Amino acid sequence: MFRNQYDTDVTTWSPTGRLFQVEYAMEAVKQGSAAIGLRSRSHVVLACVNKAQSELSSHQRKIFKVDDHIGVAIAGLTADGRVLSRYMRSESINHSFTYESPLPVGRLVVHLADKAQVCTQRSWKRPYGVGLLVGGLDESGAHLYYNCPSGNYFEYQAFAIGSRSQAAKTYLERRFESFGDSSREDLIKDAILAVRETLQGETLKSSLCTVAILGVDEPFHFLDQEAIQKVIDTFEKVPEEEEGDEAGEGEAEAAAVAPAEQGGAGAGDQDVAPMEM
Amino acid sequence: MTFTIPIENGNGVKDAEADSQRTLYPYVTGTSVVAIKYKDGILMASDMGGSYGSTLRYKNIERMKAIGKHSLLGASGEISDFQEILRYLDELTLNDNMWDDGNSLGPKEVHNYLTRVMYNRRNKFNPLWNTLVLGGVKNGEKYLGMVSMIGVSFEDNHVATGFGNHLARPILRDEWREDLSFEEGVKLLEKCMRVLLYRDRSAINKLQIAKMTEEGVTVSEPYSLKTFWEFKAFTNPTVGAEGS
Repeated sequence: MFRNQYDTDVTTWSPTGRLFQVEYAMEAVKQGSAAIGLRSRSHVVLACVNKAQSELSSHQRKIFKVDDHIGVAIAGLTADGRVLSRYMRSESINHSFTYESPLPVGRLVVHLADKAQVCTQRSWKRPYGVGLLVGGLDESGAHLYYNCPSGNYFEYQAFAIGSRSQAAKTYLERRFESFGDSSREDLIKDAILAVRETLQGETLKSSLCTVAILGVDEPFHFLDQEAIQKVIDTFEKVPEEEEGDEAGEGEAEAAAVAPAEQGGAGAGDQDVAPMEM
Repeated sequence: MTFTIPIENGNGVKDAEADSQRTLYPYVTGTSVVAIKYKDGILMASDMGGSYGSTLRYKNIERMKAIGKHSLLGASGEISDFQEILRYLDELTLNDNMWDDGNSLGPKEVHNYLTRVMYNRRNKFNPLWNTLVLGGVKNGEKYLGMVSMIGVSFEDNHVATGFGNHLARPILRDEWREDLSFEEGVKLLEKCMRVLLYRDRSAINKLQIAKMTEEGVTVSEPYSLKTFWEFKAFTNPTVGAEGS
């Protein structure tokens, strides 16, 4: 996959019909630390793992409020993510100003995807190296979308991106059918449990993750550390005992699935480029 | 008839041309529009006249149109500017429909869009010479608002344009209620339109009443009001006045 003669330029096709630069951009997303999103009929929860450059620095912000009814979590080149968040905020506020009404999230992601597509068809640009999990509300309820550097977007019930996201995805795959009718509290709990899957053995502390929620009658906001710790305490209280609750099952299965995925990411922690988080 | 304000900036010829590009006076105008909220939605009334100055030139102009699925727009003022606004809204609703994503523009969104358009034109000294009435129902919520040619915009339970503000609204302030039935609403509007017919010289006796509910818009066929001209105040207006 690497070192082809057709990968120098984003506007060069390979003989097999691929744009390698775009695919490399998607690799950058996989190097960033994990971001997770899930939704019920009325709420969307975004969660991410806090990574800091060193012990001395504060952690990178990966979740942004776009509007009261839209939030975004990013993975990959956070600088690109910030620029796109600014674009989303701008679109949202312009719509609110003209129509006195919130921008439907489905329309925002299409604008975002079209913007990303432009960078795949200009020789003087490069694709954005960031994946975005956009959660928001519109007339038809709560939605969660994933926007790719390729300019594609998909709607999800639940999704995870970034390094070691496969573990979280496996957890979510088992549980997603119940998310639609989940209560707000259960949704938050599932999000934090999914984050825990990506940590692979590291103890889950509220300082390691950021959680944000939005819903019908609930504008986008971050949960504070105390609230997160409370949820963690409900399933981490007795970590060793096999009580047959979800925490126990989750841990056993995650341990089985996790080692196999993403060869680069596991050993790659020390090799993570400074601009990617 | 038109004259240019002399501006010393070296573009003499261009100024005259530039002036011909912006609205200085209205030419063909419609008179009042009156609208009220009632139990099931919105009722709006306007006559079908287009005046050319003091001549009642056109007698078949529809000054109320449906916008999208949820809104009804009525306009007084320059008819050509109203037609231009309909073209803007056509584009807007077309784009909204093309999204085909379950979201649709409601009356509030249309009203705010129009407010932005009118205000921006006013700032460029090139107004759309209209006063617009925007009513609609979406998801059970009734909406009725107004935008003027200078961008003044507000919502209320009953609105009117032009002469309607002076002749119809006092009647509505006294007699409007939240739970008017359709028949009561129509009667109330006809009362207002009759007063306007007697007293507004640009009014003609050919009106339409439009109804907007959750189900949609219906604009009635044109009809006339019964009038009575034998009131003593009409036959002998100056009896009892000083000096008569």
